[in-house]
Amino acid sequence: MSTASVPLPNWITYGLLPLINLVVAFLISGLVVWFIGEDPIQAVTLMLQGALGRGEGIGFTLFYATNFIFTGLSVAVAIHAGLFNIGSEGQAYLGGLGCALVALALDNYVPWYVTMPFAVIGAGLFGAAWAFIPAWLQAKRGSHVVITTIMFNFIGSALMVYLLVNVLIVPGKMAPETRTFLPGGTLPDLGWLIALFGGKIGAAPFNVSFLIALVMSFVVWVLIWRTKLGYEIRTLGISPSAAVYAGIPYSRTVIVAMLLSGAMAGMMALNVVMGQSQRLQVEFVGGAGFVGIAVSLMGRNHPFGIILASILFGVLYQGGTELSFDMPNITRDMIVVIQGLVILFAGALEYMFRPAMVRAYQKFVKA
Amino acid sequence: MSSLPAIELKGIDKKFGAVHANKTIDLTVAKGSIHGIIGENGAGKSTLMSILYGFYQADSGEIRVNGQPVHIKDSQAAIAAGIGMVHQHFMLVENFSVLENIMLGAEGGALLSKGVSHTRSALKRLEEDYGLEVDPDAIIEELPVGLQQRVEILKALYRGADILILDEPTGVLTPAEADHLFKILGMLRDQGKTILLITHKLREIMAITDTVSVMRRGEMVATRTTSQTTVEELAELMVGRRVLLHVDKGEANPGAIVLSVKNLTVKDGRGVTMVDNVSFDVRAGEIVGIAGVAGNGQSELLEALSGIRKPHAGEILIDGKPIDKVDPARLRELGLAHIPEDRHHMGLVLKFDEAENSILGYHRDARYGRGPMLDLKAVEKDAIAKIEKYDIRPPNPHLKTANFSGGNQQKIVVAREIERDPRLMLVGQPTRGVDVGAIEFIHRRIISMRDAGKAILLVSVELDEIRSLSDRILVMFAGHIVGEKTADAGEQTLGLMMAGIAA
Repeated sequence: MSTASVPLPNWITYGLLPLINLVVAFLISGLVVWFIGEDPIQAVTLMLQGALGRGEGIGFTLFYATNFIFTGLSVAVAIHAGLFNIGSEGQAYLGGLGCALVALALDNYVPWYVTMPFAVIGAGLFGAAWAFIPAWLQAKRGSHVVITTIMFNFIGSALMVYLLVNVLIVPGKMAPETRTFLPGGTLPDLGWLIALFGGKIGAAPFNVSFLIALVMSFVVWVLIWRTKLGYEIRTLGISPSAAVYAGIPYSRTVIVAMLLSGAMAGMMALNVVMGQSQRLQVEFVGGAGFVGIAVSLMGRNHPFGIILASILFGVLYQGGTELSFDMPNITRDMIVVIQGLVILFAGALEYMFRPAMVRAYQKFVKA
Repeated sequence: MSSLPAIELKGIDKKFGAVHANKTIDLTVAKGSIHGIIGENGAGKSTLMSILYGFYQADSGEIRVNGQPVHIKDSQAAIAAGIGMVHQHFMLVENFSVLENIMLGAEGGALLSKGVSHTRSALKRLEEDYGLEVDPDAIIEELPVGLQQRVEILKALYRGADILILDEPTGVLTPAEADHLFKILGMLRDQGKTILLITHKLREIMAITDTVSVMRRGEMVATRTTSQTTVEELAELMVGRRVLLHVDKGEANPGAIVLSVKNLTVKDGRGVTMVDNVSFDVRAGEIVGIAGVAGNGQSELLEALSGIRKPHAGEILIDGKPIDKVDPARLRELGLAHIPEDRHHMGLVLKFDEAENSILGYHRDARYGRGPMLDLKAVEKDAIAKIEKYDIRPPNPHLKTANFSGGNQQKIVVAREIERDPRLMLVGQPTRGVDVGAIEFIHRRIISMRDAGKAILLVSVELDEIRSLSDRILVMFAGHIVGEKTADAGEQTLGLMMAGIAA
């Protein structure tokens, strides 16, 4: 009660405090590594080298980061409206259907840059559509969006398996996936961008979607802080009663915010479906929707913070994969533990060090 | 022992960054007395009490309880020293019973049964000793606010408090409940308890306290024996200059009917009829005041008129035309402005910047940006103009609204609504939780709106405010308008009507 309201300068709130959280998360992760008989310093070195050491590693890191930027934005838009969208996972999955249909329809006739805008729209539309029903239920019937979006993750998953196994599958094949897109239905890699910094992209699926993600981050920033709709979304998110007073229509704002959130999640599919595997596969989202929650939390629901947090999680994903190659003692599950610690300290415990920081800061100012 | 004061504060000093909240405060509270602490919002009353109750640590100074120096590092230590606090916003678990709430934090052991029976008998004893009757098995959220407060008092007594601190205890009470509270406080004093009453309402100080201390800008400026002081003296001490307690205003010049309410019935969320078949008119250039004890349908009436709540039956006409849509945004287009009763939950978004709040409800307006975009430059310019015109302090449009004092928050709302130059203004509790200086300012603004030919409907539970501002007074009781009086009607006449006794 006593220190929560004391203002701190921004560089502490947004710079120093998250940094301390991160360092503590790594220290504890180091302890864990040490307990299982490995050298923590070497582990960190391997991890950072794997994620950032070579062009290919960076490519993978940024590829993962792209996924998280999209799903992080999805979660953030909803949170600004006071809605906890846990359904980014399912919305991204359905977004895959949207862009895959566009790619399958156009890849034979036009080059990729013509397909791309339609694919962005397709992915966004399908993601938004999947968010619409929970949004409508929340707006008109008061069904809690957390419950309905979770349910829609399951429904989406079942629907996609059905479609891939029965409808979209290539006749005569066993794998539940669509045919491989022709070059007109894929998104090219960003080898030139890595080359600009003197690296080689190698096999990394780092592609144009990253640039789309950056554009969308800017779009979300403008939307939330520079438009009247964003003002309404934030008002509703912070104070529903003030929104009523101000004549901000509840149903419309809830639905619009959720549609935008769903669209952001849907676009995540561009990265994997058109950029990486170049076909639609089952379970391609792989938990990125849930990581988006942590990313948004850590990035303080701000697009810039989300980009930074996404890169951090990209490092953890890519570096973690490399680490489990080199140190067989450290399994995939171990990496998940480390990721969990980062989420715990950076997200859930974001205020743990604040009171101490306030006291230290006040002493410093007084002195 | 009895000659020692219950509480002695010596040289208490507290700073929050650049804000000097308490400047070397000395205070002596006699045992078995009711001691009032009065001051404007932001004078440092709450900080001082928070130090006494262990929420904050003083930077320097000494606290003595019954002559013994004590170090109060948290609320546990305060309770151990026999100090109990009744907060302005109750700290009760709403869906627990009275008994469970009182027991909370003092359950005694892993199994509840022993604690329950112990608490029940203790509660019975307290009831007999102090006449604090309340059903121990009632659920908190089903109790009226006055009884919830009584539970808070019982909670403190159950923990063995000899010194009770009450922070703005009447803010949430109806006048009748407040009177009852005063009776209870008197009884507790007679039983030897010491009571510290924090308030900014002069009337309460005069009615109940034995001694009163006045705080201004972090300093303790005076301590008086209540029987030897006057409201005027205290008001002057509080603000540091003479204040107009009576509002100067000329004759009203009523014009055409702007707002017409016909047979309006409004139900609340539970389906209870709160406004029952109410009809009245408000003309341009007059202030119509609605007097009444809180909870008699005034809030629902305001909500219906401002488009927040859909009426159950009846008609609302603006300029003779029935309103086509129950929607606050649409009504604003028709020239209606609304200063809501509850600025924290309706009038303002406390986490927003000052500038963002100065456009709330008008944010779609073309002057704040073309099409879908919000022009932050224009918003800021507009906010700065209002800050200057209404002397909002600190004059910083980018400061978070929660960091403004109550009076300045209200000025943000008042500035926003008045500067739209509305034709009709609904004003709810315009000076609730607002310091004396700002009250005067806001009252003058409302009068000048009337003189500019606006139609104004004023709802307030402060009878003084209704009487000094209104040209006509409607009295509301149990959802009905029970009568209409002119502005010079006596306090007693109105009081009786508000109690539903005479029409």
